[in-house]
Amino acid sequence: MHRHIISVLLENEAGALSRVAGLFSARGYNIEAMTVAPTHEASVSRMTILTQGSEEIMEQVLKQLNKLVEVIRVNDLSEGPHIERELMLIKVHAVGSDREEVKRLADIFRGRIIDVTDRSYTIELTGTGEKLDAFLHALDPGMVIEVVRSGASAISRGAKSI
Amino acid sequence: MSAPNQTRERTRSSTETEELTGAEIVVRALRDEGVETVFGYPGGAVLYIYDELDKQDAIQHVLVRHEQAAVHAADAYSRSTGKIGVALVTSGPGATNAVTGIATAYMDSIPLVVITGQVPVALIGNDAFQEVDTVGITRPCTKHNFLVRDVNELAQTIKTAFYLAASGRPGPVLIDIPKDVTAKRCRYEYPEKVQLRSYKPTVKGHSGQLRKALQLIAAAERPLFYTGGGVILSDSADELTQLVRRCDAPITNTLMGLGGYPASDRQFLGMLGMHGTYEANMAVQHCDVLVALGARFDDRVTGNLSHFAPHAKIIHVDVDPASISKNVKVDVPVVGDLRSVLREMNELAEEMGIGGGSLERWWAQIEEWRQRDCLHYTQTDTIIKPQYVVQKLFELTVGNAIVTSDVGQHQMWAAQFYGFDRPRRWINSGGLGTMGFGLPAAMGAQMAEPQSTVVCVTGEGSIQMNIQELSTCRQYKLPIKVACLNNGYLGMVRQWQEFFYEERYASSYMEALPDFVKLAEAYGHIGLRAEKPADVEPVIREALRLKDRMVFMDFLVDRTENVYPMVPAGAALSDMILV
Ligand SMILES: Cc1cc2nc3c(=O)[nH]c(=O)nc-3n(C[C@H](O)[C@H](O)[C@H](O)COP(=O)(O)OP(=O)(O)OC[C@H]3O[C@@H](n4cnc5c(N)ncnc54)[C@H](O)[C@@H]3O)c2cc1C
Ligand SMILES: Cc1ncc(C[n+]2csc(CCOP(=O)(O)OP(=O)(O)O)c2C)c(N)n1
Ligand SMILES: [Mg+2]
Repeated sequence: MHRHIISVLLENEAGALSRVAGLFSARGYNIEAMTVAPTHEASVSRMTILTQGSEEIMEQVLKQLNKLVEVIRVNDLSEGPHIERELMLIKVHAVGSDREEVKRLADIFRGRIIDVTDRSYTIELTGTGEKLDAFLHALDPGMVIEVVRSGASAISRGAKSI
Repeated sequence: MSAPNQTRERTRSSTETEELTGAEIVVRALRDEGVETVFGYPGGAVLYIYDELDKQDAIQHVLVRHEQAAVHAADAYSRSTGKIGVALVTSGPGATNAVTGIATAYMDSIPLVVITGQVPVALIGNDAFQEVDTVGITRPCTKHNFLVRDVNELAQTIKTAFYLAASGRPGPVLIDIPKDVTAKRCRYEYPEKVQLRSYKPTVKGHSGQLRKALQLIAAAERPLFYTGGGVILSDSADELTQLVRRCDAPITNTLMGLGGYPASDRQFLGMLGMHGTYEANMAVQHCDVLVALGARFDDRVTGNLSHFAPHAKIIHVDVDPASISKNVKVDVPVVGDLRSVLREMNELAEEMGIGGGSLERWWAQIEEWRQRDCLHYTQTDTIIKPQYVVQKLFELTVGNAIVTSDVGQHQMWAAQFYGFDRPRRWINSGGLGTMGFGLPAAMGAQMAEPQSTVVCVTGEGSIQMNIQELSTCRQYKLPIKVACLNNGYLGMVRQWQEFFYEERYASSYMEALPDFVKLAEAYGHIGLRAEKPADVEPVIREALRLKDRMVFMDFLVDRTENVYPMVPAGAALSDMILV
């Protein structure tokens, strides 16, 4: 079982997203995260799917995705060098001495405080999923009010497109 | 460009400027696709389309009695002809009734275009009267589906649907059309071509791989061809026969592949799999090269995967890359259309001088397995054996009938005892195993081939799942011959309960059966009953003599006969329960 990051280019049409999501649930493939948005070409969306599975299952995942009529291209980015980024917005209790502590921690992780009240901070953080996890671990769980993560987006390294 | 072509061009361009309603576009596009028969059932959301259908006679509409039957009939129309089947149903319950038919076609890769009515665009999502999310419900059981929200997209969508249904790995495509779209007008121009950047099925196989495959076959001591529905779907039975004869190798067919190679030929070992022959299953387990063509390694075929074809190098040709190495890892994968691939293989085989190998030892072994006579049964003069009925049907129709079937023991006996020498004569639901398929399927086949003898081999359980279609048969004077192997049991279920549930026959007994002879008569048909073995032949002869009448033959057969051989689910193919 390995973690895979799959990039899918697909027609930006109603229903295309549910076709992909439906494929994963119908065939029992695992989805850890899934993001989708239009690309520089308005008619094309790009989806990034974080999944896990044996080699045989991944072969089927790629083939079954390719089989969907609206899917233009499929790529397993984890097979080559790639960059992965995820955005996290996190709202934490911040009173008294915690305010300095949280700010310091956010700095260490290169996070930015983007909203402030007298009792809370909202921090924006990007990075790999691992880095975001690490930040969450570093915080006292009692401090966390709310977390929202975008799921991973990823792109291959180098000059070529997928 | 030749003169007649130019005239055609001119007439076409004069129609291009016309403004048509959505309903007119639907009918016109169907005509432009060459559709001659549509199976359907009306309702509010499709009334504009019905209105247009009624104004013309290039397309015949066949009114069924249940939407499931419309789709099965369209499906069998396609299976018997190779053309794309078309069904038309209304929104809501019309669409949901059609779902079993669509899923049946999907599992067996049958090209269909199913048109469903939908509530007007403005009402979609409103829980409107007779609204269901048809594209949502059918997404997992169609090759693709569309909701057409704009009449301007209608013609292109229909064109695309027909293209998708038949190309690559075929399958049902659904078009959901809101009622208001069928009333709106726009210019009609039927597109010449479909361009889809995201869909380009591979046709030609990789020549290097094909050479490699042929070398493996040539070097094999114990080669075996295992071919399936893909041979039928791609109309490549002749090409297959040529290759197999050249190699002098044995061949087995899946349930869906029957007729892809002449059953009467010496090289044919019968069906393989759960109810396959001893010789076919033993050959799979002992071959050193297995050539899988248009077959998908279904679990009814492979039995226990870890014991399947343990000594074989496997070659697999399929148009769908996802079929390859899905269940069984293969050594030589080839993606391509079988017709094109087999043609190339025949040419390459000629060029490479393949053929005339010495497979005597392999054939000697196979003949030994054949001696086991695994399909043997004894017909006494008291109780009718179901196998005997099928065998008599085969003899008396001289193997020339189109045989449809339902699902159960009778289906397996039909597959085992009716020898199909030609493709598209055997029509059954393999992948979904849909009881209720047989009678509407016979209607579709009979509509497609009015001159052919169409026999529906069924059980007293299955026939009752679409019995209402006897009325359709009456309306369209379809001279179908129903052969009901009436064992008074959900026999296939009963067999499993006998073997695997310690003979506890929970709900497998069919109580309160109707008198099928009277029932047939009530629908205006002829009913005949055979109660003892001596009745079988006269009943069949009489039914066949009544050429233009539908005849329901009720054969009271041995109630507890089982289908043999049987590989229990999950066992290795060689672990067969034999008679
Ligand atoms: C009660 C019951 C018992 C059964 N017992 C058995 C049994 O004993 N033995 C048995 O064999 N089956 C049995 N079946 C049927 C079984 O469930 C499957 O439906 C069947 O085995 C599948 O057949 P297939 O492999 O030929 O595939 P199909 O479903 O016919 O699929 C066709 C394959 O060909 C490919 N293809 C399509 N078009 C082309 C083309 N142009 N070029 C190349 N490839 C193409 C497709 O991609 C697909 O992979 C039984 C079913 C029932 C209901
Ligand atoms: C729609 C549907 N429901 C249930 C089944 C499960 N099933 C498979 S075979 C069978 C029994 C069929 O009985 P019958 O038509 O009398 O045929 P027999 O096996 O007796 O020949 C049943 C219930 C099915 N295949 N399809
Ligand atoms: Mg029965």
